[in-house]
Amino acid sequence: MLEIYQVSKSFPTPQGPLAVLQSISLNLAAGNTLALTGESGSGKSTLLHLVAGLDSVDAGTVRVGGETVTGRADADRARLRRTTIGLVFQQFNLLPSLTVGANLAFQARLCGRHEPAHLADLTRRLGLDGLLDRYPEQLSGGQQQRVAIGRTLAARPQLILADEPTGNLDEATGDAVLDLFLDEVRASGAALLMVTHSERLAARLGHQHHLSQGRLESRS
Amino acid sequence: MRPLVQTLRALLAHWRRHPVQLAAWVVGLMLATALWSGVQALNTQARESYDRAAGLFAGAAQPMLVAREGETLTDDVFATLRQAGWPVSPLLEGRVRVGEQALTLVGIDPVTLPAEAAAASAVDQTGFELAAFLTRPGLTLAGPDTLQQLGVEPGAELRLASGALLPPLAVASTVPPGTLLVDVGLAQQLLQRPSELSRLLVADDPRWQTQALPEDLAERLYWQHGQSEDDLTRLTDSFHLNLTALGLLAFVVGLFIVNGATGLAFEQRSSLLRTLRACGVSGRQVVLALLFEVLLLALVAGLLGLLLGYGLAALLLPDVAASLQGLYGARVAGALQLEPRWWLAGLGMSLCGALLAAVGSLWQAARLPVLGLARREAWRAHQQRGVMLLALLGGGLWLLALGLFMAGSGLVVAFAGLAALLLGAALCLPGLLSVAVGIGQRLARGPVAEWFWAEARQQVSALSLALMALLLALAANIGVGSMVDSFRLTFTGWLDQRLAAEVYMNAEDAEQAEQMVEWLVGQPEIEAILPTGHLISRYADEPLELNGIRVHDTYRDHWPVQQQLADGWDRVGTGQAAMISEQMARRFDLAPGDSLTLGLAATPWLLQVAGIYADYGNPRAQMVVDLDALMARAEGPLRQGFSLRLHPDAAPQLVERARRDLGLEGTAVIDQASVRNFSEQVFERTFVATGALNTLTLGVAGVALLTSLLTLTQSRLPQLAPLWAQGLSRRHLAWLEWLRTLCLAGFTILLAVPLGLLLAWCLVAIINVEAFGWRLPLYLFPEQWLRLIGLAALTTVLATAWPLWRLGRQSPATWSKVFAHEQ
Ligand SMILES: Nc1ncnc2c1ncn2[C@@H]1O[C@H](COP(=O)(O)OP(=O)(O)OP(=O)(O)O)[C@@H](O)[C@H]1O
Ligand SMILES: [Mg+2]
Repeated sequence: MLEIYQVSKSFPTPQGPLAVLQSISLNLAAGNTLALTGESGSGKSTLLHLVAGLDSVDAGTVRVGGETVTGRADADRARLRRTTIGLVFQQFNLLPSLTVGANLAFQARLCGRHEPAHLADLTRRLGLDGLLDRYPEQLSGGQQQRVAIGRTLAARPQLILADEPTGNLDEATGDAVLDLFLDEVRASGAALLMVTHSERLAARLGHQHHLSQGRLESRS
Repeated sequence: MRPLVQTLRALLAHWRRHPVQLAAWVVGLMLATALWSGVQALNTQARESYDRAAGLFAGAAQPMLVAREGETLTDDVFATLRQAGWPVSPLLEGRVRVGEQALTLVGIDPVTLPAEAAAASAVDQTGFELAAFLTRPGLTLAGPDTLQQLGVEPGAELRLASGALLPPLAVASTVPPGTLLVDVGLAQQLLQRPSELSRLLVADDPRWQTQALPEDLAERLYWQHGQSEDDLTRLTDSFHLNLTALGLLAFVVGLFIVNGATGLAFEQRSSLLRTLRACGVSGRQVVLALLFEVLLLALVAGLLGLLLGYGLAALLLPDVAASLQGLYGARVAGALQLEPRWWLAGLGMSLCGALLAAVGSLWQAARLPVLGLARREAWRAHQQRGVMLLALLGGGLWLLALGLFMAGSGLVVAFAGLAALLLGAALCLPGLLSVAVGIGQRLARGPVAEWFWAEARQQVSALSLALMALLLALAANIGVGSMVDSFRLTFTGWLDQRLAAEVYMNAEDAEQAEQMVEWLVGQPEIEAILPTGHLISRYADEPLELNGIRVHDTYRDHWPVQQQLADGWDRVGTGQAAMISEQMARRFDLAPGDSLTLGLAATPWLLQVAGIYADYGNPRAQMVVDLDALMARAEGPLRQGFSLRLHPDAAPQLVERARRDLGLEGTAVIDQASVRNFSEQVFERTFVATGALNTLTLGVAGVALLTSLLTLTQSRLPQLAPLWAQGLSRRHLAWLEWLRTLCLAGFTILLAVPLGLLLAWCLVAIINVEAFGWRLPLYLFPEQWLRLIGLAALTTVLATAWPLWRLGRQSPATWSKVFAHEQ
């Protein structure tokens, strides 16, 4: 599902280029889950952004569902995100001008995969039933993150990229949301690449990789 | 003290990170100050020139004695009166030429000059050398602008076209533009009018004015009280009020920019302010620092604006001066000379404007809760309430405007009504936009379209100030444009009627008039000679132009009469009736059939109003009466003239021959085409300043839009990045953003058209009548609207394209930062 081959990325800084990722390679098959750990500043988010086509690589290739992400035009990468990839971030990134209901349905409608029954089901399981007519800023952090998760899952992506999806929540809420999240991902059969700080959370996923000094090492 | 300084430093650091925002703030206030103070500079300049003209010179308040018809005033009359104890002072006035320039030469006697007149001349000023003025070679006093106009330095000796040499020049800032002041004896020599005087000034003391003149002199002289003190001021007041209103509009539009930029800077710095508070800076110190910051920026922007305003005024002054001279005969110095007061007032206006624009933010800062992290939950309800409240306020202002128009009278009230109307419309704009967006929202299909309109609803409040500025500027352009073009159309049509004769001649005095008659009867091509006599009198304590004519078919067929009694002109011919101008009819509430009494001489003259005619562009009341009846009743001499009917093709030759044979020049003889040309020129120049101010206001609105968008797009990333993450390309998003702004601006532009028309109607039907005393028919010019709409659309497209192009071009790293940073 996801193939990362010898990807490198550096950022220009006042002290010269900063090599964040050096020749990283990684494979993730459909239905599998992988946790990416590493110190702060090690490049986890950067890698995720490269996979999602939000930034471009210096060298190497990224393929998602058999399609090359790297070297493609902005519009093509956008289409890939619309149809194949789902993103969940630490910041919940909901659309503030739309209601919770509209936010939930948004991406599914965008890619033409909106199924009201499926969405209603998801909504119920995520415990968002009574909140559909509210606006994002009227929700708690945990509720907002559940909306973001629901929005991503409703579009039935084949690859889900999550960047510390519970990093903004307290531990109890975070655990509860994560449980829901992992259950739903498993039920949907999508591949999941999740960045987390916590070894404890990482252990709950199928594979664990650690990013350090720009290199990737497998822990599982 | 230290916390204050540190706070200020922290606050100011914000601008280094956001230079565009700083530029928006400064440019906004700078433009506002420039337009306002530019207009004020023009007004002050003109008023100052009037003040100098009042007092001593022609048309002054000073009571004076003038020779009756057929008599001349001489030195011995002066001597006789003086010996009898009368406080009189001699004055001789004439025209001279220096090179290409025509100037007024005034001879005075500083020793006997009444105190009021002395104050208006330079004579009472310290440094005035009486001895040097009176003894040979003497002094020539002139205003600094006259010297500048002539291109000479003080001390220079001017040679007149007649060959005579003037005494050395000295600067006296109180002498009106275009006037040279010398000793009266010298003036008699220079003008070659030995022992002749134009008038005797009398001290403004009621004791002498009720005193009977010596027997023999009473037949030769009569009292003239001239125009009342502020006739010129009153006549020109409406002109200046119009300019001031435009300047104020531009100022308000500029303040919209400042308000927008201040609000955004506050929004962006609210977390900084909270941190400062948490670090132990008191709320009062925060507000004080913010206040200080506003004043500091306002000082800089105000100074820049004043410089710009000065430049603007210098640019427009020639046109304004020309139109004031053409319309009112008021001479305005052609070079800008501004007092320190102007600079201070401009700076004060700029500071007040900045404070006004910032007061909302300061208020918020004062009430900012230290721990109010992201307390935004209520903002949506808040915003809806705000829009409603504004709409209610706007509605209230419209009611107020209606009330003012219906109940009030006077130009200031009319302008206040107009301001309420415009401001009310601006306040209703967010509400109307919300309604329009709501309709879009209901019609939207698909997620992107729904988001598009939902987002538009939010942006209504963020952009509303800039859009209000656009609305006001465009409506003003359409309104004033329609008014000017309606005026132009009416005016040219009216000129056609009014200028029915082919050639006009004006005599300097009775002697010249006789010469003219002699010459005219010998010209075979002339089909009709229509003698006219002109006199400025007073009616109900206001100046009145009296035109005497002999009724002729030319008047019956052409004169622009609006309404009249049956056989109106025949009634005029009897000397018992008069045609009056629309201004006069409105001002004194007269209708055909009414009667009025003129107090020309000892016996009152009872006249019936036979009809009312249009007299556009004339600030004075005017009346047409029978020439012979007027001559019989007038105390002083009439200014005589002749309107000549002949074949139009023969007119130029006749004019040329008259110039040669009679030695006439200037407007003494002039053909119809030249008069028309001159009138149209005056007309065009009158509206140059208006047009320039209008275009600039539209430009300011463009800047307002640009700056709001520049600042807005910076805060747009967090809203857009999630859509990007969900698979809309950045370019696509930038296009959507652009489209949305254009939709909002487009709707605003469409609303501006009816508002502009309403404004035009108010200008024509209310303001014009109050200001000038005549009402114009309103014509519609759809192609003009199209042009203005096009211009506004272009302004909008340009103002919106750049910020959004920048947004689309921002690096992916900037966009993806949104996902990791706190919003
Ligand atoms: N746009 C950029 N310009 C320059 N350097 C950048 C940029 N974005 C990231 N970096 C640098 O790249 C490195 C990796 O950043 P990244 O955000 O991927 O770290 P991370 O592993 O996600 O850290 P965290 O766990 O704190 O989120 C950091 O050292 C960061 O300073
Ligand atoms: Mg990260």
